[in-house]
Amino acid sequence: MKIAQNLFAGLLTSTFLAGAAFADSHATHPVTGQALASDQTFTYRLLDDIPSFDPQVLEDVDGSAIARDLFEGLMNQDTDGNLIPGVATGFTTNDDKTVYTFTLRPEAVWSNGEQVTAGDFVYAWKRAVDPELASPYSWFMELMSIENAKEIIAGEKPLDDLGVTAIDDQTLEVRLTASLSYFPQMVTQATTFPVLQSVVEAHGSDWTKPENIIGNGAFKLVEYVPGERVVRERNETYWDNANTILDKTIALVINDENQAYTRYLAGELDRTEVPSGQYPALKAEFPDEAVSFPRLCNYYYTFNLSDSGPEAFKDVRVRQALALAVDRKIITEKVLAGGQPEAYTFTPGATAGFEIPEVEIATMSQSDRDMKAKELLAEAGYDASNPLSFDVLFNTSEAHNKVAVAMSQMWKQKLGVQVNLANQEWKTFLETRGNQDFQLARGAWCGDYNEASTFLDLLTGPSGYNDGKYSNPKVDELMIEARSSNDPQPLYKEVEEILASEMPVIPIYHYAGVYMLDTDLGGWPVDNVQQRWYSRQLYKIAE
Amino acid sequence: MLNYILRRVFVAIPTLLILIVLCFLLMHSAPGGPFTSERPLPPQVLANIQAKYGLDQPMIVQMWNYVVGIVTNFDFGPSFQYKDRSVNDLIAAGFPVTLTYGSISFVLATVVGVSLGVAAALKHNTLLDYIAVGVAFSAQVLPNFVMAPILVIIFTWQLGWLPGGGWEGGKWPFLVMPVIALSTSYMASIARITRSSMLEVLNSNFIRTAKAKGLPTRTIIWRHAMKPAMLPVISYLGPSFVAMITGSVVIDMYFSTGGIGLHFVNAALNRDYSVMLGVTILFGVLTILFNLVVDVLYAWLDPKIRY
Amino acid sequence: MVFDTDRMTRISDDMVEAEAVKGRSLWQDAWGRFFRNKAAVVSLVVLSLIVLFTIIGPYFAVWSNEEIDWNLMGNAATAGQPSIENGHYFGVDDLGRDLYSRTIQATQTSLIVGVIGALVAVFIGTLYGATAGFVGGWVDNLMMRTVDILIAIPYMFIIILLMVMFERSFFMLFVGIGVVSWLDMSRIVRGQTLSLKHKEFVEAAHAAGVGSFTIITRHIIPNLLGIVAVYASLLVPLMILTESFISFLGLGVQEPNTSLGALISEGAGTIIYGTLWQLLIPLFFFVVSLMSLFFIGDGLRDALDPKDR
Repeated sequence: MKIAQNLFAGLLTSTFLAGAAFADSHATHPVTGQALASDQTFTYRLLDDIPSFDPQVLEDVDGSAIARDLFEGLMNQDTDGNLIPGVATGFTTNDDKTVYTFTLRPEAVWSNGEQVTAGDFVYAWKRAVDPELASPYSWFMELMSIENAKEIIAGEKPLDDLGVTAIDDQTLEVRLTASLSYFPQMVTQATTFPVLQSVVEAHGSDWTKPENIIGNGAFKLVEYVPGERVVRERNETYWDNANTILDKTIALVINDENQAYTRYLAGELDRTEVPSGQYPALKAEFPDEAVSFPRLCNYYYTFNLSDSGPEAFKDVRVRQALALAVDRKIITEKVLAGGQPEAYTFTPGATAGFEIPEVEIATMSQSDRDMKAKELLAEAGYDASNPLSFDVLFNTSEAHNKVAVAMSQMWKQKLGVQVNLANQEWKTFLETRGNQDFQLARGAWCGDYNEASTFLDLLTGPSGYNDGKYSNPKVDELMIEARSSNDPQPLYKEVEEILASEMPVIPIYHYAGVYMLDTDLGGWPVDNVQQRWYSRQLYKIAE
Repeated sequence: MLNYILRRVFVAIPTLLILIVLCFLLMHSAPGGPFTSERPLPPQVLANIQAKYGLDQPMIVQMWNYVVGIVTNFDFGPSFQYKDRSVNDLIAAGFPVTLTYGSISFVLATVVGVSLGVAAALKHNTLLDYIAVGVAFSAQVLPNFVMAPILVIIFTWQLGWLPGGGWEGGKWPFLVMPVIALSTSYMASIARITRSSMLEVLNSNFIRTAKAKGLPTRTIIWRHAMKPAMLPVISYLGPSFVAMITGSVVIDMYFSTGGIGLHFVNAALNRDYSVMLGVTILFGVLTILFNLVVDVLYAWLDPKIRY
Repeated sequence: MVFDTDRMTRISDDMVEAEAVKGRSLWQDAWGRFFRNKAAVVSLVVLSLIVLFTIIGPYFAVWSNEEIDWNLMGNAATAGQPSIENGHYFGVDDLGRDLYSRTIQATQTSLIVGVIGALVAVFIGTLYGATAGFVGGWVDNLMMRTVDILIAIPYMFIIILLMVMFERSFFMLFVGIGVVSWLDMSRIVRGQTLSLKHKEFVEAAHAAGVGSFTIITRHIIPNLLGIVAVYASLLVPLMILTESFISFLGLGVQEPNTSLGALISEGAGTIIYGTLWQLLIPLFFFVVSLMSLFFIGDGLRDALDPKDR
């Protein structure tokens, strides 16, 4: 048994902060010393209405951000994405990392004054796998490898068999079926947040309405107008309330990004997304407000390598040629222009511990790539008299459309390839792609946790998300080995090298978060690649 | 007359049932389902969800349960997309919004449209006519997804007079831009139909006769011309009213009003079957109701129509 | 009732005369009246010019509608303005594609979708509405209840489903837009027919033993033409607007093809970034085409209105 002591580093800072009075309009930020505004309200744009506030049910990024304010899990992330204590003050684990024991802080209470106990976590985690609740995110508990989660979801075992036990009110024990070193990272996910059994049972599916909801987070839900706004206010009962600076967070639903930007200019918002392609101009005009930072997501096109895929794509030279001819510099700098890194590997460079291997394609100049692409395509037997022709499938969206159009023109002009573009509405697209009813299709993936396997597992044979049906036993083997390895990075590197030579997918770019952040907003965690932000990290600076 | 109305109301019931069946069939024939997602759900998880929402049962059973739920509990089921909320919740939250801005737009569009149309017809081929027609045309050809961002740029960003969106329970500053963006094209249509219909009536023999008899213009317009001229306008107003109070996806999208207009598009795109059915039934009931209103008005305006 | 004597006499005369002669004179008269309407004639000229432009315009294009000008890609706001020198007479879009070629192609698409969609809707709607209104009784009831059911389905829903269920194509656009739009038409026509039906000239024709179908096509529909023309003229722009709305939702024609609606909604999104021409140029073609269509529709109404004789 060893104690993960480095986790307490974060705690030190927060103890240092404790006790400062922020209600005072002349207050300054305890760390940066900036003068704080008297009105501590943060307003940001939501792309869509929130499907659910229920931590066990919700599955979207924006909903999770709200859940992180309303509830607090065992562990939190700091502004850099490092793990810091949440309701748990820390944890211990056995040597093979299959049993984790979390110690809960006694001062953590619900917004109705009741204490947060280990039993609340046990209830919530059982709830997450309960077939009756049928949470679409229940697979996350499976991913966490909690003992019997899979069987309970399948209805083969009763709920009480879940490998999680409240030893006493302050001690929670979790048993895993596999050794997972990144397990503590996973409990920052909303699915694992506690909920109060008495409230859930008293109100049924209405328990998340503002008048019923009881949380243990730094904020509480005070108003929700569907399709319009979500308002949350400081929770005075939160154990670390003294260190919360912000008083109120308002999320406004604005579907259209340009409309949101206009409203940002009008001063109605403190944060909005920069519409695609506009970053350079906005950066020049508002250097202090436009920000871009890497995110844990990739963007790629996948060849259909299954039997229904075209014969041409079974030839690795064709795949190589198409991948080489995509000028990623143009796509990242001119089409998207939001500071996205060019991608030559599947895993984003921002992933923790992952170092991008020097694959050959990344080191060539674009003209060399184009030349090689032409050679390879000619070798494969395609030329002007016998041109390569294929369909490109992507889902309806202005940004995807631009990338697809640009790529198709690159292929057409450089390689004389005939490309037919087809965009489909989202659900149809997923259905078509999932049925391997495509030739070349867009794909994107955001990491579930900050580790390369969340990406690379996608291209293994057994993966349910491998829509191109790429299959290489060597890759599968390496990924299994990586799971129990103490240093999996060389294995990931090897997988990336195999991918670069076989090119089952064309990596295009890795995502960047491109925001307009008002200058009076402080504390936005730009260095958190998963963008797990908490309202209590933010503060408004006096102008 | 009362008999006729009762008969129509009675006929509405099978109409709605057919509507539900049609809608069910159409929805289920679209590719994908409410739980198709980027990350395909493991089969077990999907099976649990389908069992929870009864989607694993044969379609006829699903339909039956749905209808029974409506008849016995007025329960339109849970939303598949908004998992904490029922369809009743969503409509209860969104319909008052569209009803408010829709009704105001309707009154505005009708009053201005009819006045403009009558004025243009009375002053046929004068400057006033040309201006009215020009205004009506330009109001109609500017799509509201162009007008909406322009309104926000002018009134919110440049002038700072109005909030760029939101609802806040329907306070007037939040109403102005949605009403303008929604009503203009209807206003233009109404003006054009009124003008054309009024011209037709004014040129008819009975008005000429009335004029020849030396009746004052005011009397001719109000006593004789107005009623028949309104017939085509009323035909247009019925469905327009329904369309306006059920909102517009462009308005709800650009002005974040939280109305149900957005559900008509989003529910179809999300394959949120129950919400789609809910808003369709709402739309259906209103359409049937206002078609009846139109027919009754017709009978009242034109005694020659017999039922 | 004095006012219909004229008409009664004329209609009795008509019935004696050969149908063809009557038909021709009606349309000849209408033709003459249409050409006395200045606004309509000017609009017809303008619309013809636009159509002509979409036909001969491509011969002057330097760039095709899908080619990307890599030099202008990504800096459309600063270097992509309309220019004679680089061959982009209307500037470029956000991707550096030539707006001149795209506008021409978009105008063609929009006009074709509008006109064919409206024709489909008007044809089905008029025939259906006139039949229901004229025949009356249970037939009317059945037909109008069917319309009630169909009209009660939000049309966006149908179009979205059509566009997601089938391969996207121009054909689906026509069908989708036409199929959902005849319903209003049929109601309006029925309303008018109901009031026409009890007019003496129709009752007279009936009394004279003329068949129902003949009465509908010979007497009811010509008398409906005024309102049909106005409605059709409303419908063409509505079709074009509907198409633009579908494009706005991203369900319109597939790239590299485009429509005015698609160009406008792209342009409208980027107003604040200094690429105003991306909105104004397609909007100009849109507005001018639709205005012309409106004036032509009104001209037709005035010309075809039988009561105006």
